[in-house]
Amino acid sequence: MSAPIVRFLGVEKSYDGVTPVVRHLDLDIARGEFLTLLGPSGSGKTTTLMMLAGFEVPTAGRIEVEGRDVSRLPPHRRGIGVVFQSYALFPHMSVAENVGFPLEVRGMARAERSARVARALEMVRLGGFGERRPAQLSGGQQQRVALARALVFEPSLVLMDEPLGALDKQLRAEMQLEIRHLHEQLGVTVVYVTHDQEEALTLSDRIAVFHHGAVQQLDAPAQLYERPANAFVARFIGENNRLAGTVSEIDSEDGMVKVALAGGRSLWAMRGDCGTAGARAVVSVRPERIALAPGPAADLSEDAIPARVVETIYLGDHVRVRLALEGGAEVMAKRPIAAADPRLVAGAEAAVAWQPEHAIAFAPEPGD
Amino acid sequence: MADAAAGLARRVRRAGLRRRAAAVLLVAPLLLFLLIGFAAPIAALLARGVQDTEVPRVLPRVTAALADWDGQGLPGPDAFAALAEDMREARAAGTLAQAATRLNYDINGFRTLMFATARRLPGPGEDAQAALLAADPAWGERATWAAIRRAGGPVTDFYLLAAIDLKRDEAGRIVAAPAEQAIFRDVLVRTLGISLLVTLLCLVAGYPVAALLASLPTRQAAVLLAFVLLPFWTSLLVRTAAWVVLLQREGVVNTALLGLGLIEAPVQMIFTRFAVVLAMAHILLPFMILPLYAVLRAIPPGLGRAAASLGAPPWRVFLRVTWPLSLPGVAAGSLMVFIQALGYYITPALLGGASDQMISWFIAFYASRTVNWGMAAALSALLLVATAALFAVYARLAGEARVRVA
Repeated sequence: MSAPIVRFLGVEKSYDGVTPVVRHLDLDIARGEFLTLLGPSGSGKTTTLMMLAGFEVPTAGRIEVEGRDVSRLPPHRRGIGVVFQSYALFPHMSVAENVGFPLEVRGMARAERSARVARALEMVRLGGFGERRPAQLSGGQQQRVALARALVFEPSLVLMDEPLGALDKQLRAEMQLEIRHLHEQLGVTVVYVTHDQEEALTLSDRIAVFHHGAVQQLDAPAQLYERPANAFVARFIGENNRLAGTVSEIDSEDGMVKVALAGGRSLWAMRGDCGTAGARAVVSVRPERIALAPGPAADLSEDAIPARVVETIYLGDHVRVRLALEGGAEVMAKRPIAAADPRLVAGAEAAVAWQPEHAIAFAPEPGD
Repeated sequence: MADAAAGLARRVRRAGLRRRAAAVLLVAPLLLFLLIGFAAPIAALLARGVQDTEVPRVLPRVTAALADWDGQGLPGPDAFAALAEDMREARAAGTLAQAATRLNYDINGFRTLMFATARRLPGPGEDAQAALLAADPAWGERATWAAIRRAGGPVTDFYLLAAIDLKRDEAGRIVAAPAEQAIFRDVLVRTLGISLLVTLLCLVAGYPVAALLASLPTRQAAVLLAFVLLPFWTSLLVRTAAWVVLLQREGVVNTALLGLGLIEAPVQMIFTRFAVVLAMAHILLPFMILPLYAVLRAIPPGLGRAAASLGAPPWRVFLRVTWPLSLPGVAAGSLMVFIQALGYYITPALLGGASDQMISWFIAFYASRTVNWGMAAALSALLLVATAALFAVYARLAGEARVRVA
């Protein structure tokens, strides 16, 4: 792997000198990758992006771009393309003037500039819109202009700060694909900020999940979903059922732990970041991994858990079934509509089971 | 059904009518006040600039006799007789001074001529022409009679022409006024020049303040804004007087400079153009800052960040983004300052020298000191026209700017 294009080295940021917004961030971004900073609002992801763009100065640590320390370099000398959530198009300039702006400030001759602008507008499928004012375009078109403007000067690094946040759901899905294709075509490095996990999973090569100013996990989308590093990541990405218990036994050879659930039953799960024997733990199981059958537990498998259906929710392409387990805990199971069993109605007797490798035992989150 | 619909339509119409009537009644007092207190006095004042009533009222016979004089040579003997009779009556009625004053505006010395002649009027039956010519040879000049005819009313362009240094000659052609009377073009140019200078000074001083205010969090901006507005709430006269205290020969500034040893003798600052421009700019500054602040505040901060991320250094961000987007505020502020400056009176009167007086000083001079309402009205009209023309230019520019930004 070649040298990373961006390196965060022990970067910290605090606005008031007391509350940390970003705590000790070490992060390498590979050339050409699509990295998403994902997290709830206030998690430090946007501040991280703004430090990379040059609008915020780190309180401590260093940011390197192409091996050069840029921590204190003003934004206009970084050569990084930025796309903002608010589009930030210049209302007094035409679309072509907007897209040509980065070339104009670089002193490019008019003829070459207009050729480059035309190509950039073609690229975002806005050829022929050059003479219009930004206000005459729809939200999606405006964001495509902003994309063209951030890409036209061929930066090797482009930052996007929730660029699709202001668009409606359908348009957002369309634009996600478009951004993905642009990234594939141009081979630029993209650092993308969002709080929408679906968007992050759709777009990214890797996702850095932020919480409380720190990266909780940095991984490819599938890894992140299948093997979350802690209870927060499991909760934030996708749905999960959480069963509280206590670690009773550790099998370090297989990386499994045995957890005694609050209801008295014990089960095996993959070892997450839970403690040693005697520590409190939360077992997380994805709803789509729960096998489910009507009738007594023994009919499903030998270690199935007896349960009773609380309610079923019909959602068109799938059905959700809420169940009360023996011992009091509740879980949500998800079945594709083709595999739905009509006998699973509220009050019916049922059994649930899952493979131990689809359950992960985590240390409880503060407040759990 | 149809009946019900018709009834509903009628009720809606009646409700609409009531609402409109109520609205008219609510604004009626204001409209009436504006009409009586604003529109009517201005119209009446401006009318004075084109009315000419003194001579036809005081000297009706000679006015009539001169109506069909061709302006070539001297008028006939009947005009002399009419004048003699008019003057005799006017002298008896004590109204001669009104006509004499009016004619004196046109030709200097006419007043003396009238009163000297009035003392030596011919008796009834005497040859009026010979008697008048004997009283003063000026009655044998065409210009004298032409002046009377020009003042024959009922409307005149005499004052309006005088306000732009023009007059009519004996033949009624418009010609330049004699050099010793031609001062108003200079005064107008001076008024426009001082106003322009004040506007530029306000813009240069006010823009950074407005930009600072716009960049601050709302609460801090409110505190600073109070400092901007504080002098705004102080009387104009007080602020002008404060500048007198600062700038006079033994004033604060001179004393300080002398004390610091920077100057050896007091510098003449008061009664100069410098003092007038400085004080006016200080007084008018809030009118520049407020619209600029409003416009700058409305520019999304993201635009500056976007421009910087695209490679524009701060000066370029200002020239290419901030400045063009703030132009509506620059135009509004400049117009407010400029138009107010055009009408300034007290400040130049107290702080300026004789050659720093603006057009308002001359309006006040004619209105209150020489009681020449015609001249005061004509100069007011000139000021009004200049202001209206500027506003038209602004409305045009602002209209275009709005289209461009939208």
